[in-house]
Amino acid sequence: MPALIDMIDQGRKIPHHRPWARAVVHSDVWRFAASQLAETHWLLLGLWGDTHAVHMALLEEGSTGIGVISLECADGRFPSVGQTHPPALRLERTIRDLFGLEPTAGPDPRPWLDHGWWGLRYPLGARVGHPIEGYSYDFLPSEGESLHQIAVGPVHAGIIEPGHFRFTANGETVVRLEERLGYVHKGIEGLMAGADLTMAARLAGRTSGDSTVAYGIAFARAAEAALDIAPPPRAVWLRALMAEIERLANHVGDIGAICNDAAFALMHAHCAILRERVLRAANECFGHRLMRDRALPGGVATDLEASGIACLRALVVEFRRRFPALVDLYDNTASLQDRTVGTGVLQPTLARQYACGGYVGRASGRNFDARRMPGYPPYDSLRFEVPLLEAGDVNARVWVRIREVEQSLSLIEQILNQLPGGPICADVARSGAGPREGVALVEGFRGDILIWLRLGGDGKVERCHLRDPSWFQWPLLEAAVEGNIVADFPLCNKSFNCSYSGHDL
Amino acid sequence: MRKIFFESLIHGTLTEAPPSPDQAALTELGASLSRVVRRRIGRSLAIRQIDAGSCNGCELEIHALNNAFYDVERFGLRFVASPRHADVLLVTGPVTKNMREALERTYRATPDPKWVVAVGDCAVDGGVFAGSYACVGAVSAVVPVDLHIRGCPPSPLQLLKGLLALLEPGAAVEKA
Repeated sequence: MPALIDMIDQGRKIPHHRPWARAVVHSDVWRFAASQLAETHWLLLGLWGDTHAVHMALLEEGSTGIGVISLECADGRFPSVGQTHPPALRLERTIRDLFGLEPTAGPDPRPWLDHGWWGLRYPLGARVGHPIEGYSYDFLPSEGESLHQIAVGPVHAGIIEPGHFRFTANGETVVRLEERLGYVHKGIEGLMAGADLTMAARLAGRTSGDSTVAYGIAFARAAEAALDIAPPPRAVWLRALMAEIERLANHVGDIGAICNDAAFALMHAHCAILRERVLRAANECFGHRLMRDRALPGGVATDLEASGIACLRALVVEFRRRFPALVDLYDNTASLQDRTVGTGVLQPTLARQYACGGYVGRASGRNFDARRMPGYPPYDSLRFEVPLLEAGDVNARVWVRIREVEQSLSLIEQILNQLPGGPICADVARSGAGPREGVALVEGFRGDILIWLRLGGDGKVERCHLRDPSWFQWPLLEAAVEGNIVADFPLCNKSFNCSYSGHDL
Repeated sequence: MRKIFFESLIHGTLTEAPPSPDQAALTELGASLSRVVRRRIGRSLAIRQIDAGSCNGCELEIHALNNAFYDVERFGLRFVASPRHADVLLVTGPVTKNMREALERTYRATPDPKWVVAVGDCAVDGGVFAGSYACVGAVSAVVPVDLHIRGCPPSPLQLLKGLLALLEPGAAVEKA
């Protein structure tokens, strides 16, 4: 089995692609990569289109290698990866919808993000097409006696994002769940093309609101890689501080919300108080409750004052005083455990096959955290554990998040103790001409976010791809729900908490 | 569990004093609420939230309205699961073309009298997503809007001030 780096060496290396190599390869190398994915020798980090090409980001776990391979699609086609590697299926359908590039022998000819309402086809492609006539969407069939279907959404019963879930059930038991997403497709990658860095960073920060800090950091890191500049040390540490505050807020809020979906409102009420305290502290320190538009290419927008440091220390103290009692409450309430233990089990083999990131992957034995591997500063100077469980049920996902709350508290303290001084933003005036490309992998609360960026000679974005961790988690929710009762779906869904907006773009 | 309950009894409430309704919202709502309508809805409004393409930031802050600090239910404001039960539609997002039909159908499913509140900068004019092939833009381009609450996202306090304006006697537009 050749190493990923050897395969990339076979292709035509693209200069100015940082920090990992990108090479244009022949279709036989592309097919070989697909076969390596199918055997899970390598893992798929992303698969996205371009005007006349497709790109694939690959991860080789043992050697901690990451690389991007590209295939030029002269005839508008490329060999399907999804044919042998199902995690690529929805990504390929998206490439077809947005660029009009056809996956040869692709097993699923149905559109994905295109619902037939845009008034055009292939909005990002070389040639924009006429809309599909007589658009229809067939759900996958389920055959058998006594099966019935339940159609849910896109407008759901709670304050949540829109998507459609088609359940086929036998009595109370879910036989098949099929998701249909794309309702909140805003055309972010289309708006990115031609945008300057400021506007593009704003768009990136609005890809998934709950991960606005992580997206801001990922975009900034991709832009800095492309421009080959380094943000000042204080900015790097402040970014990590904001990222951990964001992780803390989301984890504690969701732990409560998961319990609420098992009708245990007490936990929800107390977790919501803690979440509000985090957001208020964020507002006091950085001037925005979600810390939106605070991480920018070159650094950060807001410095942390001494009063902010005191505010965050008080927050950590408050958390340490309140949170353990809530963990005990979760652990000691048998009626709640009865709902979460053994529910919505995601098998470790599937988590690995899909390169499923975040707490969903880590609750099913996938030991991956982008802060560790590939790693990025300042996490190399910080001590933290990556909690790992094997059970893969709702309970395991809750416990991974409980442990991550504790880790984030420790990280916040360490960052406050070691925060370097100095400026918070570097000049992003670009150096050198010609197109430049950057890629970044950043750990948001939900998992690893991949952003790939190509800047043109004028410093504007030519192409930017944003891959939310949800792409590799949504399909696994379908698998985890199978065999559970319909009434446990909200619980399973909340324990995954995939982003609709981050996925639909 | 008992310990947490007892502590809650001793420590008193976290809920904060109600803010005054937003002046701009009162102005936008303008004309007086008829006695008939006021009698019908009293000081109680059932709210149905619709995400029409939001990045989910607005939803996070709308959720926060239910926490102990804002406790939106004390004002008679309540989130409901169906448009059939709703008086107010709280719409977020730049109305993606893929959500347009769902928004229209949800609006039609809501009985009169009804009010539409567009929440967030995207819902006002499409925000950063304005001009995309995939977005309609303003919520008001799809359904009639009675009140806009700006912000990216608006804070729970801003949301509360806007929603309280709906409850203010003499605030809301008369609806048949």
